[in-house]
Amino acid sequence: MTRRLAKGAALIGLFLAASSGALAQAAKPAPTETALALKLRPGLDPRGADFYPSTYKPIASRPVAIVNANILTGTGAEIRGGTIVLSGGKIAAVGQGVTPPAGAQIVDAAGRWVTPGVIDAHSHLGAFSSPGVDGTRDGNENVDPVTPQVWVEHSVWPQDPGFDRARAGGVTSLMILPGSANLFGGRSVALKNVPATTVQAMKFPGAPYGLKMACGENPKERYGSRGRSPATRMGNLAVTRRTWIEAGDYARRWEAFGRRGTGDAPKRDVGLDTLSGVLNGDISVQNHCYRADEMGVVLDLAKEFGYRVTAFHHAVEAYKIADLLKANNVCAAVWANRLVGKMEGNDAIEENAGILQQAGVCVAIHSDSATVIQRLNIESSIALAAARRAGIQISDAEAVKWFTANPAKIMGVLDQTGTLEVGKMGDVVLWSHNPFDIYAVAKKVYIDGAQVYDDDDPAQQHRSDFELIQPKEVN
Amino acid sequence: MRLLALCAAGACLLASSALAQPVAITNARLITVGPKGVVEDGVLVFEDGVIKAVGDARTPIPADARRIDVKGSVVTPGIISADGSLGLSEVGSVDGAADNRTRTPGLGAAFDIQYALNPESLLIPLARSGGVTRAVVSGHAGGPGLDGRPQLFSGQAALISLDPATRLDVRPKVAMSLDIGEAGAAASGGSRAAELIALRAAFEDVRLFQKNRAAYERGELRSLALSQADLEALIPVLDGRQRLVIGVSRASDIEQALRLAAEYRLKIVLSGAEEGWQVARQIAAAKVPVIVDPLANLPGSFEQLGATLYNAARLQAAGVEVVVGGGGSAGGVRDLRYNAGIAVARGLSYDKAIEGLTLATARTFGVADKLGSLEPGKIADIVVWSGDPFQPASAATAVFIAGREQSQQSRVRALRDRYLKPQP
Repeated sequence: MTRRLAKGAALIGLFLAASSGALAQAAKPAPTETALALKLRPGLDPRGADFYPSTYKPIASRPVAIVNANILTGTGAEIRGGTIVLSGGKIAAVGQGVTPPAGAQIVDAAGRWVTPGVIDAHSHLGAFSSPGVDGTRDGNENVDPVTPQVWVEHSVWPQDPGFDRARAGGVTSLMILPGSANLFGGRSVALKNVPATTVQAMKFPGAPYGLKMACGENPKERYGSRGRSPATRMGNLAVTRRTWIEAGDYARRWEAFGRRGTGDAPKRDVGLDTLSGVLNGDISVQNHCYRADEMGVVLDLAKEFGYRVTAFHHAVEAYKIADLLKANNVCAAVWANRLVGKMEGNDAIEENAGILQQAGVCVAIHSDSATVIQRLNIESSIALAAARRAGIQISDAEAVKWFTANPAKIMGVLDQTGTLEVGKMGDVVLWSHNPFDIYAVAKKVYIDGAQVYDDDDPAQQHRSDFELIQPKEVN
Repeated sequence: MRLLALCAAGACLLASSALAQPVAITNARLITVGPKGVVEDGVLVFEDGVIKAVGDARTPIPADARRIDVKGSVVTPGIISADGSLGLSEVGSVDGAADNRTRTPGLGAAFDIQYALNPESLLIPLARSGGVTRAVVSGHAGGPGLDGRPQLFSGQAALISLDPATRLDVRPKVAMSLDIGEAGAAASGGSRAAELIALRAAFEDVRLFQKNRAAYERGELRSLALSQADLEALIPVLDGRQRLVIGVSRASDIEQALRLAAEYRLKIVLSGAEEGWQVARQIAAAKVPVIVDPLANLPGSFEQLGATLYNAARLQAAGVEVVVGGGGSAGGVRDLRYNAGIAVARGLSYDKAIEGLTLATARTFGVADKLGSLEPGKIADIVVWSGDPFQPASAATAVFIAGREQSQQSRVRALRDRYLKPQP
């Protein structure tokens, strides 16, 4: 992750790798980056560019101190009777015996619970929006098994009411993924869950991109039923390998061009940009995969082409290969217990997350659903309870990472959010109960220090344009 | 095994266990959902599959009873799932293992899933682990209608026990299913109006058929919209003997459903009713129960724009009988108890939430004389919980169905045990 870029640009790493190489130095003096860029018309040079950049601006806020709170920090700590101070959009202080700064709004938690903002590393909000009609079905470019050229942010509808529902469930950040119909589904986008009119205004500043990949039943059945490859799991792998070879070749041609500094530039290919971003370590791989054996194959596939899988998503059989995932430093984003009605989901057990946690694997509880995303705390609670019944001891303070720090890690934003540490974004939820309690609801939700939801105040419950005059009563 | 043979013949209705020794559960927090309310330090006695006594610590216990001291645990009636396809579908994507749907042309109302139920379904022990002891299960007949006419009815539901030893104690034909609204319109050429007209025409055809069987057999009746099997199947609905569960979402569609029911004197149940709160008073006045999914709060379609987490609480406040549903898929039945807890978090009273999982469901499907509460004379469907049944942290520590203690083994449990590492 050290090569992750601060500005979210995809291919700087490619350029740097080439220009800092020994070959480049041995040849005549390399042209400057600017000089190279000038040779190509706009949009033809992917290197170093930040296309469709984030315009996200934190909502203005005054300092707030939540006092008398039981705080699960997301770092593994539980603070009883603590205070958390948000100031300038950041976490300014957290702990016992913290004195609220003068002028801060004081919120008395009265012994209720505070956690980092909920984070979902697997959402399709805005891409499969509500209402779920043909006109909003924008999540699967399912006409070809290989579509790395699509960027899901170009589908995201910021007015999806699902964003508002998720915010009411405490969700402050989320990763939107394309669907899993394709082997290469396209580029993901990390969002801050704020009301907005453009997707750029939601884009998580500095978050790296991800690539959605899929194995298993979805691609092979989608395309096999149309009489084309892949029709089998071995077909899945064959098409995937062929594509990585294309990507490696494309990356090599840009590297060579970078070294030459002159001559004709390779023709830009948006899909291969994304794939070479993966090969260069700038774009994470988010791999939909259910079965243990398939995850095992994918890990070798990644070795074959020299990239890393950041997380397996759904991963219902991850518990069978917990040690393998640990050894490869791969996270698992899972449900608590969902039987998805597919063969590859048939071995789902509630102890999946617990067994992974016990083995030291980074576990996230994800939603993949506009309903589940509203209660990732409860989803986690179901998994936590099953783990404890099986004799696996996991504290609330550890389990809260499942819907905070660990999804932040999967999204590559843990340095900015996901835990309650001084200097991080002021993304915070005040709950009515312990978050693992079935009756827990998010009472107040803060994003970058600004309150964006209040369960007791309809004026503080944003409604998307779509729902402006829906026949809803006040609470 | 006399009992088994009887049930297999389809003659066994809510059969009781053959276990003869009385059982006394003592030191229980009994949530009876009956006249006694909640009894602290309570005693529950059952024998031969039937509850004999419910009361406080002074309740007499037969001398030969097996005593089970539950040490203060919560004891409730078994949960009755009101919807889903338990026992009909193992893996939804595997056609050969999913009997809850058919596309047989011309088969609608007569589609009866009782013949497809599988007592050995691996999902049944899973549902039991969530404290579910009975389930109303249904399928969906979605094939084309006769002669290009709409296919309106989805078929008939059965009430099953989750005890495989009684071959699920199947009570067939507890309800007929029908969708009104977008789904119904889709089956009727695209318009709600077309469906409502087609429905009335179908009912008139059933009446005509019922009164003129001989002419029908001679082929002297005008052409009818439904097959003979479907016509036969709808007679109990029109006679008000069989409930009609209407899947419906939009407030105006609910009003149409209520109007239809009044017009034909149907005994109806609403299922879904996401916008039900908007017409709650009319629903209450018609004394129509509603199966609510407490999680359904998204405007997933143009007929659910008013969906809200407060639907259950608002319906209940207006006096509507609320059944907590939403178990949906066969695998999801296990989590039904959480739906009740989530409804409580959004305003439904705790008592009504428990009732919505048990007695309200029993009343809705006409079996409240036998099921749904802890009362003498009722069938001993009993769940012992380690804590509040709605909390994930609580577990069903013992489940009795008609007095028979159920195994806690399941395929998912076996998988867990295979891969669980010993604790350090």
